[in-house]
Amino acid sequence: MSERRTEIKIQTTPKNRYRVTPTAVKKRSRLANKITGGRSNRSVAGTIFLFFVILLFALFSLFPVVFMIGNAFKPLSELFRFPPTLLPQQATLENFRELRVYAAQSFVPFLRYLFNTLFVVLLGCTGMVGFSAMAAFPIAKYDFKGRHFLTKIIEWALLFTTAVLAVPTYLIMAKLQLVDSYWAIILPAWGSSLGLYLLINFMGQVPDSLIEAASIDGASPFLMLWRIIMPAVKPAWITVFIFSFQALWGNTGGTFIYSEELKPLSYMLTQIASAGIARAGVASATALIMFIIPVLVFIISQSNILETMTTSGMKE
Amino acid sequence: MIRARGYKSIYWMMTPFFIIFAVFTLFPVLFSICMSFADFNALQPARFIGLKNYQRIFLEDPIFKQAFQHTLLLAFTVGPIGYMLSFVLAWILNEFSVLTRTIFTVILYGPSLAGNAYMIWGLIFSSDSNGYANAWLMSLGLIQEPILWLKDPKYMMLLVMLVQIWMSFGIGFLSFIAGLQGLDRAQLEAGELDGIRNRWQELWYIVLPSMRPQLLFGAVMSIASSFSITGSALTGFPSTGYATHTLIDHINDYGLTRLELGYSAALAVILFILMLLMTGLIRRFLAKVGR
Repeated sequence: MSERRTEIKIQTTPKNRYRVTPTAVKKRSRLANKITGGRSNRSVAGTIFLFFVILLFALFSLFPVVFMIGNAFKPLSELFRFPPTLLPQQATLENFRELRVYAAQSFVPFLRYLFNTLFVVLLGCTGMVGFSAMAAFPIAKYDFKGRHFLTKIIEWALLFTTAVLAVPTYLIMAKLQLVDSYWAIILPAWGSSLGLYLLINFMGQVPDSLIEAASIDGASPFLMLWRIIMPAVKPAWITVFIFSFQALWGNTGGTFIYSEELKPLSYMLTQIASAGIARAGVASATALIMFIIPVLVFIISQSNILETMTTSGMKE
Repeated sequence: MIRARGYKSIYWMMTPFFIIFAVFTLFPVLFSICMSFADFNALQPARFIGLKNYQRIFLEDPIFKQAFQHTLLLAFTVGPIGYMLSFVLAWILNEFSVLTRTIFTVILYGPSLAGNAYMIWGLIFSSDSNGYANAWLMSLGLIQEPILWLKDPKYMMLLVMLVQIWMSFGIGFLSFIAGLQGLDRAQLEAGELDGIRNRWQELWYIVLPSMRPQLLFGAVMSIASSFSITGSALTGFPSTGYATHTLIDHINDYGLTRLELGYSAALAVILFILMLLMTGLIRRFLAKVGR
């Protein structure tokens, strides 16, 4: 190691931050630097190898997704062809047209289903992120009595299987007269321990000095949470947001909502799709729609995570 | 750690969450634990029977033993494989430019977003000649007759494992991605100067130690999901010869079909204890990372 001489070159990154980049004496070509991101301790061959590893897994994950997209555009005759094909031979929008016809025939107007879903999803996600953040910050950063106990309870609650909780949950909903209202879906999301547990783990990494400095400036913990902590753990709460969005978007209301006009979009779509073989085409169109919205939300929020990666110096 | 004295408001901040949590998460859990000591079918009033449910599980239930073994087998294969794959792939993704990273993150997380994995794999491994796997193998001439993929105990368990590993890029994977975004770049660059020679050294000495909280979170989530794998979603319920019957399937069998809620709660408590033990083990293991 002692043989390695490095020259230090200061370069301005697009964000106008100074960054020290050491360059090994053995100069690399532009291409090599591009591949390794200009980092001297990365080998070109290694980077290319890792790219192929990722590619392999991506193909493995992509296959059923492509299959689903393909199916949505296949005419019914092709859906049951032998041997089956991955992509449609004669792509058609027939399935979507048919879906529109069924949606127009439904007893409750389509917009009502859409409103129900939006209401539950928006309120549910915001509340889940907000309430868990408010609880996570003190647990992660303040030394009060019972803090370890609370963390343990949260962790245990995550491990208890939800399979047996249906009956007690229904009992409590009935007791509080929440059955057949949006709240039967929203409140359990707000009280879910997953978001809190994730945020505690991330917030624990925010340096104490940052918080102490803010308290000297007179900021209350509440203010500090929104002004300093949340921006610092943005990747974490965006992850919580994505996860709760996904769960609430797919929630069909189950046993808790029985009034047709309170049912969400996912319920309507599954109802239309689940009518046997004749509707296999519609079902595949439905599956694509149910898939595409969370994907869009995911892409938008992921790109948000990647924009805020310059939290340099925010960790202990 | 900041001293809490003088900051009364932190208690107010925690109150809303914990009230909702107590009512909608904690209460159902405690209720289930109490239920495990009772004979309860949701119609007649519950009757306290002490440890009878547990006695029945361990002494009189031959299927439990099978389910228990299957759950352990799945948890010890799918769990660690899925966990490590999630981390390694998240870490590899972090080596690439923003665009590449975003594209591949979406692709790898795609199956979790699609939420219809069982249906698609069910089609692929459908038992008749219309199933994709059978159709391809037959057209290649490798097999003459369709294989009963999801009904033949020879293949069932392997397929359940395959599908579960394929589905393991979930919330743990996302938290790894998020955690890697928060890595201190200055620290990585300092490491580069201090003689971190390759990415593997960087991984062990810098990345892993600073990812401990995310690793723990990912591990807990991975335990929660790998101990809760259901075989029946893929192979039908009940699976042939109970070949992929897991504890969760057993819990659902008693809870949803036979309405022996006390018995199914007792099974859930056993599963819970298993997961607690596992979490304790993992915690010890993670304390050694990067040392």
